[in-house]
Amino acid sequence: MQQPLPNLPEILAKHKLSPLEYDSIKIILGRDANLVEIGIFSAMWSEHCSYKSSKKYLSGFPTKAPWVIQGPGENAGVIDIGGGMAAVFKMESHNHPSFIEPYQGAATGVGGIMRDVFTMGARPVASLNALRFGDVKRDDAIGAHQRYLVRGVVEGIGGYGNCMGVPTIGGETSFDSCYNGNILVNAFTLGLAKADEIFYGRAEGIGNPVIYVGAKTGRDGLGGAVMSSDSFTDASKSLRPTVQVGDPFTEKLLLEACLELFKTDYVVGIQDMGAAGLTSSSFEMAGRSGSGMKMHLDQVPAREEGMQPYEFMLSESQERMLICAKKGSEEAILKIFQKWDLDAAIIGEVTNTGHMELFWHGQKVADVPVQPVSEEAPILDRPTQEPAYIAKVRTTSIDSFPAVDNQTAFEKLASSLEVVDKGWIYTQYDSMVQTNTIKGGGSLDASVIRVKETGGALAMSADCNVRYCYIDPFKGAAAAVMESGRNVAMTGATPKAITDCLNFGNPQNPEVMWQFAQSTYGIKEACAKLNTPVTGGNVSLYNETNGVSIFPTPAIAMVGVNPDATKTLKSSFQKAGNTLYLVGKTGDDFGGSLYMKELFDTVAGTLPAIDYEAELALWNMVIEANAKGLLASAKDVSAGGVAIVLAKMAAVSGLGVEATMKVAKPREIFAESFHRAIIEVEPKNAAAFEAMAAKLGCEKIGTVGGDTLRLNDISMSLAQLKKVYYTTFASVINRDL
Amino acid sequence: MNVAITLFPGTNCDTDTQYAFEKLGHKATILWHKERTIPANTDLVVIAGGFSYGDYLRSGAIARFSPIVEGVIAHANKGGKVLGICNGFQILTEARLLPGALKRNEHLHFISKHQHVRVENNQNDFLRLLKVGDVLNLPIAHADGNYYADAQTIAQMEQKGQVLLRYSDASGAISNPNGSVGAIAGICNETKNVFGLMPHPERAIEILLGSDDGIKMLQGFASL
Repeated sequence: MQQPLPNLPEILAKHKLSPLEYDSIKIILGRDANLVEIGIFSAMWSEHCSYKSSKKYLSGFPTKAPWVIQGPGENAGVIDIGGGMAAVFKMESHNHPSFIEPYQGAATGVGGIMRDVFTMGARPVASLNALRFGDVKRDDAIGAHQRYLVRGVVEGIGGYGNCMGVPTIGGETSFDSCYNGNILVNAFTLGLAKADEIFYGRAEGIGNPVIYVGAKTGRDGLGGAVMSSDSFTDASKSLRPTVQVGDPFTEKLLLEACLELFKTDYVVGIQDMGAAGLTSSSFEMAGRSGSGMKMHLDQVPAREEGMQPYEFMLSESQERMLICAKKGSEEAILKIFQKWDLDAAIIGEVTNTGHMELFWHGQKVADVPVQPVSEEAPILDRPTQEPAYIAKVRTTSIDSFPAVDNQTAFEKLASSLEVVDKGWIYTQYDSMVQTNTIKGGGSLDASVIRVKETGGALAMSADCNVRYCYIDPFKGAAAAVMESGRNVAMTGATPKAITDCLNFGNPQNPEVMWQFAQSTYGIKEACAKLNTPVTGGNVSLYNETNGVSIFPTPAIAMVGVNPDATKTLKSSFQKAGNTLYLVGKTGDDFGGSLYMKELFDTVAGTLPAIDYEAELALWNMVIEANAKGLLASAKDVSAGGVAIVLAKMAAVSGLGVEATMKVAKPREIFAESFHRAIIEVEPKNAAAFEAMAAKLGCEKIGTVGGDTLRLNDISMSLAQLKKVYYTTFASVINRDL
Repeated sequence: MNVAITLFPGTNCDTDTQYAFEKLGHKATILWHKERTIPANTDLVVIAGGFSYGDYLRSGAIARFSPIVEGVIAHANKGGKVLGICNGFQILTEARLLPGALKRNEHLHFISKHQHVRVENNQNDFLRLLKVGDVLNLPIAHADGNYYADAQTIAQMEQKGQVLLRYSDASGAISNPNGSVGAIAGICNETKNVFGLMPHPERAIEILLGSDDGIKMLQGFASL
């Protein structure tokens, strides 16, 4: 009988388990736990793996639609995209590791999300990323450190994704001082598989072998899941050894070997070893199937000598997979991995005990019932409280500040890092490998790839306006769903489903928990109303340093389908002489606006009411009009309003614009009212388009062409606009070099 | 024509290259790196792009010791045609089938974008369907594309018509994205049967993806 470990309180504290949680562990085991078992519970019940603070709010997400093949709960979500094909996609955070070690943190974030996708049987075909950094413009050490983080993260993403041969086709980057202590690195990957050849993370069939494949296990990333489940302090730099080191070459081999394996019928289930490594993969596979499992840890390929069972179970070494195979197929499977020069070893088998039994040279070193660990982790109902700042931001409005003339405001907004081209970032990513990229980085709005197998296209967009989420987490999260969907629809694709990455502060702070709850309510409402279910996602809490939490940042990635790739609509001007329309109603909406942030360094105000019917009507009108061939380009109107949207379209296309829009107040050219788009139409199609758009509120605002951008009382030469748009970002990020 | 495309561990443009040649009406097969010989009926061997062996050492430095490179060298020595694209170009210089070397880009970053190149010489199978001075729009995607050879070698290459492509802008004026000596983007050997370039013609065969300027390059190898 296991005796309580002598220095138990210290061990529990180190594993971030409360005495109360240890009591539950004792009840589950019927005895005290040994160190290996404590390590297992600690990892599986960490916030990162168990979602214990968030589960209560995630349970009600809309997850079903006729096209959803697999919703949340697996390694990635799956939707039917027609033609017998399925899109497999997910977004995940790698925030804490990227702050500690930007290159490896970001690289392994990319590697992890790719494994989540190809473990389902899909070949990864496109990646996006959503990045948040702090004050990169500051002159002090904080600014310099942020610029260092930007350079490291971008290089890490490129280093991994480029080597994998998966194009990184777009993303979003924004900056706010709330990220000075916690940057966010959210990586999204989408893969393609045949709709009837999806693989799942299951371990079933008594006696079936459990096979370890991929890289050897080392001591890297030990305790990473637990590290990611805590806030940072100044001492956190010492956590660098908990960050894993990526090897994209090995992962590329693993990808090809797995895809070769999937062509056979040997696989019962497969799962990647991500956070909490062998522990989470084995427990989750057995847990989903209600099985038990025996594993012989001395059989696991080891990179270092002298490693112990505890380390094998908790290492987060990268590029590893766990496979449950059909009995008798062992030799054939090992041969495939040998062909690709990868390690592969039979380390255990499926049992009917419902227990995870771990052995070390024949001796049992842990015996834990699977279900209570994997499926019955504690669910917390943490207190929530509306943050004190909310009342204050509600009473602040644009009228609290002095008036600024439009030309001055435009010049300021046009040079905002949020607005300007991020070529310095996206040219470091191979965006064209696999020869499918129709709309890549820098082309504005959603990114689009062609699907060779169907002739259709997939559009995808990752979005979150964090200022909206700060002043109103409910509407802000809903707005993120709407914006990602609008971006997708503006390419002519029908938005189908989302994956999310919910980045928040410390859940033990009731105000953060309130932000989290409100955001999930907003996502639920928007996804239900827009018929875009949630297919999976990731929660990243404890994004807090020295007591300062980040803005609520629920990043949303939407995926949409266009049945005809050749009808992909662009987001920048196509031809001089074309007519421009503003669709949707503009109001004096400046809550959380770029205008208020850039001119008055303030994030405040309230968001307008959301009209989901107007949003859907806009999507559908653009999709239908584009299918009829009536449109030349379309772009959603978001941060910075119509003025900034026209500036971006002009800069990217190299074509000027002459436009006048009706406004109640001059500043409304910068207003951020929802449900709007700029649509470019050839004159011959104008009447047909106007007939379709009339009921949405459609104003003809001007014409494409010339060498100047003009809108109401603002103007800028195209040459000047392009200079600002294309050179600002690099000059900021490279200033230390 | 029969095209054979090499697949090393870490190659990632093999299927793109296969897709391109097949779309242009040719037969394209993949050759595993552990093979030692090139099939006898092969009209063109393509060393496809990617990150062979992770490019953890110098790009192409390990791949060149692969068994299949013996076959490629034998094929080239018999006068067989070989085209190295991106990592393939790097491997061919490491294998000494092409002169010079490819260093880290001058700005030290990976660079991926559409880049114009100007045709310098069309007296060869690769560019015979193009005219000298033609400007092509091709994707580039590399970290080590900074071509270098010493001045004497460059002078000899110029004289023998081995400098085939230079980076340019849309008008054909030199514009160098990676620091290559003479803005060189593509070359061939003295006997004009081994070709290497950093840009990706196989990614430029469809207007839908931004350019089809690669078609005339790849089709140049097809028999008249």
